[in-house]
Amino acid sequence: MPDEKTVNENETGAAVPGGDSQGAPAPSETAKRAGRDLSHVAPEVGVAKPDAILTARGVQRRFGGMTAVDVDYLEVERGAITALIGPNGAGKTTFFNLLTGFDRPNQGEWSFEGAPISHKSAARVARAGMVRTFQLTKALSRLTVLENVLLAATKNPGERMFASMFQPLWAATEARNKEKALEILERFRLDKMRDEYAGSLSGGQRKLLEMARALMTDPTMIMLDEPMAGVNPALVQSLLGHIQDLRDEGMSVLFVEHDMHAVRHISDWVVVMAEGRIVAEGPPGSVMKDQAVVDAYLGAHHDTDLGDDALLDPEVLARLEAEEEKR
Amino acid sequence: MEELLRVLTLALGELLAPATAAYALAAIGLNVHFGYTGLLNVGQAGFMLLGAYGFGIATISGAPFWVALLIAMAAGTLFAVILGLPTLKLRGDYLAIVTISAAEIIRMLGRSTLFDDYTGGSAGIRGGDYKGSFQELSFLPDGRTMIGPLEYLNNGSDSWWTRLFAWSLVILALVVVWLLTRSPWGRVLKGVREDEDAVRALGKNVYSYKMQALILGGVLGSLAGIIFVLPGAIAPDAMGRTMTFWVWTVMLLGGAATLFGPVLGSMLFFFVYMIVRAGMRTDVMEFLPIPTQNVDHVAGVLVGVTLMLIVIFRPQGILGNKKELALDAR
Ligand SMILES: Nc1ncnc2c1ncn2[C@@H]1O[C@H](COP(=O)(O)OP(=O)(O)OP(=O)(O)O)[C@@H](O)[C@H]1O
Ligand SMILES: [Mg+2]
Repeated sequence: MPDEKTVNENETGAAVPGGDSQGAPAPSETAKRAGRDLSHVAPEVGVAKPDAILTARGVQRRFGGMTAVDVDYLEVERGAITALIGPNGAGKTTFFNLLTGFDRPNQGEWSFEGAPISHKSAARVARAGMVRTFQLTKALSRLTVLENVLLAATKNPGERMFASMFQPLWAATEARNKEKALEILERFRLDKMRDEYAGSLSGGQRKLLEMARALMTDPTMIMLDEPMAGVNPALVQSLLGHIQDLRDEGMSVLFVEHDMHAVRHISDWVVVMAEGRIVAEGPPGSVMKDQAVVDAYLGAHHDTDLGDDALLDPEVLARLEAEEEKR
Repeated sequence: MEELLRVLTLALGELLAPATAAYALAAIGLNVHFGYTGLLNVGQAGFMLLGAYGFGIATISGAPFWVALLIAMAAGTLFAVILGLPTLKLRGDYLAIVTISAAEIIRMLGRSTLFDDYTGGSAGIRGGDYKGSFQELSFLPDGRTMIGPLEYLNNGSDSWWTRLFAWSLVILALVVVWLLTRSPWGRVLKGVREDEDAVRALGKNVYSYKMQALILGGVLGSLAGIIFVLPGAIAPDAMGRTMTFWVWTVMLLGGAATLFGPVLGSMLFFFVYMIVRAGMRTDVMEFLPIPTQNVDHVAGVLVGVTLMLIVIFRPQGILGNKKELALDAR
C-alpha cells in the first residue's frame, strides 16, 4: 500500500474545524479508498478485509464462570474508521484491554501489522503503534495539561536516566515536542489550559486531553473507548471532524461509542458485540438495521433502525421500553 | 534565662548536626520514592543500615574510603533490585509490606550472632574501627573552631569535618535530584505516580522507571546511613522502624515532591525535637509532671502526634503546593 501515509495537502493545512461547522469535510483520497475498499466487503461476521491492520483469532476472556469476550475472528481495516458498538457489558472494553495488552486472554491470538502481539506488554503494544484511550479517563492529575501531552512524546533522550541530567542532550527534542504538543492542544481547544493541572479539568476536557496524549505518540492505529462520552455536543461535531482527519492522514481508528449518530456519521465499518460475541459487522447504514443488532440493543421484535433519529426522542424511547416490558 | 540560652544553642547545633544531614539525605531518597514516583517504601532504615554495614565492613577489610563508599552504594542498589523485582509489577501495597519486613530482616541478621565477625552482633561495630580513612581525608587544620554560638573540633568524630562532608553530600544529592526531576525522566516518574496504566498506554516501560527510582532513592538512603554512623558507631537497633518512621515524618513535614522539603523538614524536626527534650529538663519546666527519665518517651509521643497533625491539617507539608494536593481529594 504505497499511499497509506500520504497526507492530503488541502486537508491537513486547514484541519482545524472552527467549531460547530456542520457536515463532514469532503472525503479525501484515503477516506474514499477505505470507503471504496470496504464497499465490496460482505457484511458478515468474521469477513476478511482488503487490507487488515489488526487480525484477531479465537480470543476468549472469562471472569469466573462468565465469558466476557468470545471473538472468533475479526479483521480491522487499515486506514479506516471502525466502530465497535454493543450494549453495556457487551465486552467492548474488555476486548480493548486484551488487544492493547492491559489484560490477558484465556485463549486466542491477534496480530498487528502482520506481527503477532498477543503476548506483548501494554507498553510494547503502544510502541508498536497501537495506542489507546480509556473509558474511565486517566488524566495525570498533578501534571499540567502540557506536561500530560509532552509525556506522551516518544524517543525523547531526556527520558533516559543519565542523559536526563544533561539538558543540552534533550533540550532540542523537548522544544520540538513542545511545539507539536501545543499544536495538538490547540486542535482540542485545550491550549488555554496548558498550564493548569490536569486534575482541574472537567470530565469532557479530560477525554479530549487523553486523546491529545494518544495522538502525541504518532500512533498507526488509535483505539478510543467512548471518546465522545461527556463531551459537549458542540464539541462532539468537531471531535468527529478530528477523527476523520486522523483517518485521512492515514491512521486507523477503532472506537467504542454508544452515540449511534456519531457512529453512523463517521465510521466506515461497524462491528457489533453482544454478550462477548461479535453478532454483526458491516457498513453503518446496513448494520444498524440488522435484526440481530436491534435485538441486542432494544430487545427482540423491533424493526426500528438504530440510526433512526426518532430514537433521539425520549417519548419514542419510552414507548419502546414500555412495549418491551409488556412482553 | 541562661538555661534557655543553653537549650537554644543545643537546638541550633541540631540544625547542622550530622544526624540531621543523614535524615535529610534519607528523606531526599524517600522523596524520590514516594514524592516523585509514588512508591511506598516503608523500610528506608534498611537501606541506611545496609549502607552503614557496607561502608563499615568494607573499610575494616581494608578498602579505601571511596571504594567503601561505592560498596555501600552497591549494597543499596542490590537491596533495591531484590525488593523491586518481585513487587514493582504488583500493586503499591506489596512494596510497602516487603520493604518493612526486609528492613527488619537486615537488622535482625545484623544483630544475630550469624555474622558476628563482620557485624559485631547486637553490639554493632565500634566507630573507631571504620572512621580512620574518613578522618584522614580531612583538609581542615587541627584545633577547634567557633562559628556563632556553635563550637566543635575541626577534625574527629563529631567535628566540623564530618558536618562539612555530610552537608556536601546532601547538597550534591539535591543537585542530582533537581537535575533529574526537572527533566523528561522526572516527568515520567510523576506520570507513574499519578497513573501507571496511563503511562503504560503511552509506551513507557513503567517497571523499569519504578526500578530506577527505587534504586536512586535506595542509594541515597545507603549514603545517609554512612553519614549517620560517621560521628558514632554502627548500632543496628538504632536503625530500625523508628528511624524509618522519622524519615517519613521529616519528608512529610517539609513537603513531599518538593526539592528542599526533606532538608527543611529534617532541620525543623531536629531543632524542635531538641527544644522539647532539653526544654523539658530545664527548671522552667519543673511544673510539668514529667520525670526526667520519661522525657525521651514523651518527646517520642510528640513526634507521633506531630506526624498525625501534619497528615491531617497540612498534608502537603511546609513547602508543598496546596492547590496540587487539592486535586487528590476528589
Ligand atoms: N475485572 C473484571 N472482573 C470481573 N468481571 C469483569 C471484569 N471486567 C469486566 N467484567 C465483566 O465483563 C463484562 C464486559 O464488561 P466490559 O466492561 O467489557 O463491557 P463494555 O462493553 O465495555 O460495557 P460499557 O458499554 O458499559 O462500557 C461485564 O459483564 C463485566 O461485568
Ligand atoms: Mg466499556
